[in-house]
Amino acid sequence: MSLNYTKKTIDNFLKPKNIGSIKKPDGYAQIGNMVCGDQLDFFLKVEQGKIKEVKFLSFGCASNIATASVLTEKVKGMTIVQAKKYNWQKIVGELGGLPQQKVHCSVMAVQGLKKAIEDYENRQATEKKSTGEKSIEKKSIGKKSTGKKSARLKK
Amino acid sequence: MKVYLDNAATTRLDPRVLAKMKPYLTDKYANASAIYFPGQQAFLDLRQAKKTVAKILHGEPDNVIFTSGATESNNFIIKGVARANRDTARNKIIISAIEHPCVREAADELKHEGFKVEIVPVNQEGIVEPAALEKLLDKKTILVSVMAVNNEIGTVQDIAALAAIAHRHGAYFHTDAVQAVPYLNLDIQKMAIDFLSLSAHKFYGPKGVGLAYINRKIKIRPLLAGGGQEDGYRSGTYNLPGIVGLAAALELAYRERGVYLKKVRSLRDYLWKKIQKEVPEVRVNGSLTRRSPANLNVMFGYVEGEAILIDLSSKGVCVSTGSACSAADLKSSYVLRSIGLKDHFLNSNIRFSLGRFNTKAEIDYTVNHLRNTVKRLRSFSPIK
Repeated sequence: MSLNYTKKTIDNFLKPKNIGSIKKPDGYAQIGNMVCGDQLDFFLKVEQGKIKEVKFLSFGCASNIATASVLTEKVKGMTIVQAKKYNWQKIVGELGGLPQQKVHCSVMAVQGLKKAIEDYENRQATEKKSTGEKSIEKKSIGKKSTGKKSARLKK
Repeated sequence: MKVYLDNAATTRLDPRVLAKMKPYLTDKYANASAIYFPGQQAFLDLRQAKKTVAKILHGEPDNVIFTSGATESNNFIIKGVARANRDTARNKIIISAIEHPCVREAADELKHEGFKVEIVPVNQEGIVEPAALEKLLDKKTILVSVMAVNNEIGTVQDIAALAAIAHRHGAYFHTDAVQAVPYLNLDIQKMAIDFLSLSAHKFYGPKGVGLAYINRKIKIRPLLAGGGQEDGYRSGTYNLPGIVGLAAALELAYRERGVYLKKVRSLRDYLWKKIQKEVPEVRVNGSLTRRSPANLNVMFGYVEGEAILIDLSSKGVCVSTGSACSAADLKSSYVLRSIGLKDHFLNSNIRFSLGRFNTKAEIDYTVNHLRNTVKRLRSFSPIK
């Protein structure tokens, strides 16, 4: 199998940006799994509808890491609306191309980010609901949004 | 520093082999099938190459059929023997679970032709147990094919014992011995096998040439139709530069065997010791004792193999991996699966295969970078 990564892909793999996790994220998602050979965890911090911070963890190949690095670099500072529109073709373009069998890595990275945004939006919705129905707060919000709530309160 | 630790994939051509080949690429270009003098001389040189090979294998020069490599040899033998010996009573072949894709795919083709193909499993050490083979054998079995040394995990099979069992049941026996030179003494007589495949570029010979050692008493159908070279067993103009190179490389490999084995074994053992010392959470795949001294296949927990490979590659170190991410079909190694590696560990493996030109300094350099690479990748792995 030929695997001609571009220099930019290799650079992003060797020195990935936005590596790590966020303690109390506003949005979180995991995509893929290590059985398939690639897994990404995304963490979001959102402020006034903008992605203030985005981080990721990876169990994956060079292009898995490089695509997540480029993606997070690009969507940082974007509004949620803008970030949702960011597609995998843009990642491939940014990297100057990806080997055919590695294109799925960029697709997965985008899906992972979208999933994390969805999680953020779900938490938002839950929160809205809970502020309206304070009396049943404990019942209606799951364990998940408790962390999220405290994260928001901190701001 | 450039470090090549992928000698199971291919080896560097030995300069002495190249020197022997050169005249056949320039002055001695005559077709060995031609009957004028230079052609006849080429034919004599071809015969000499067969004698050289036969001597090392303790076989007959006439049984040495030169091919384009082991993929062709394995296809020729497996399909050729199965097809030529098929009748109402016999329609089955047996291969091991860890055969090279060219054996698996050839067997798969036969399956589509109506043959029954059975897979003999390996144990957790990567060894075919004679009893497991015995269980699958019956009167319907035409051929058994088990590789001598595995290409991924380097495990060594007891070919003589397996061949004896096959013969007891009236089946023929083939071994793909591509990874066995010069680690095993490939004595056709002693092993009492019928067919064997080799490829020159795995032992410092040229690419594009291999051989099929056959038993002329057993029917075999040629793969290629054409001018009837190799007594009709393999049509196609004799590749004299390659054939001369193969013979020279095989001769050197066995002449220098003692020193070579000692060297790769000590380097391999040193590599494994150093990895264990420097990198936590590692495990060797396959038996460490019944194993080629040139092979080390290591599982690095929580990180993906292709990432390790590419990182090392950026430091000048060449290794290989069985991880799904590195495969064209995005499937992880069936060899590692067949020795019972759990799904979660299938994509975290690196194969190091040592060779004649490696040095201790290269091993130090490799492990130094390996330690940093694994540490770096683990630092952001979501799996702890």
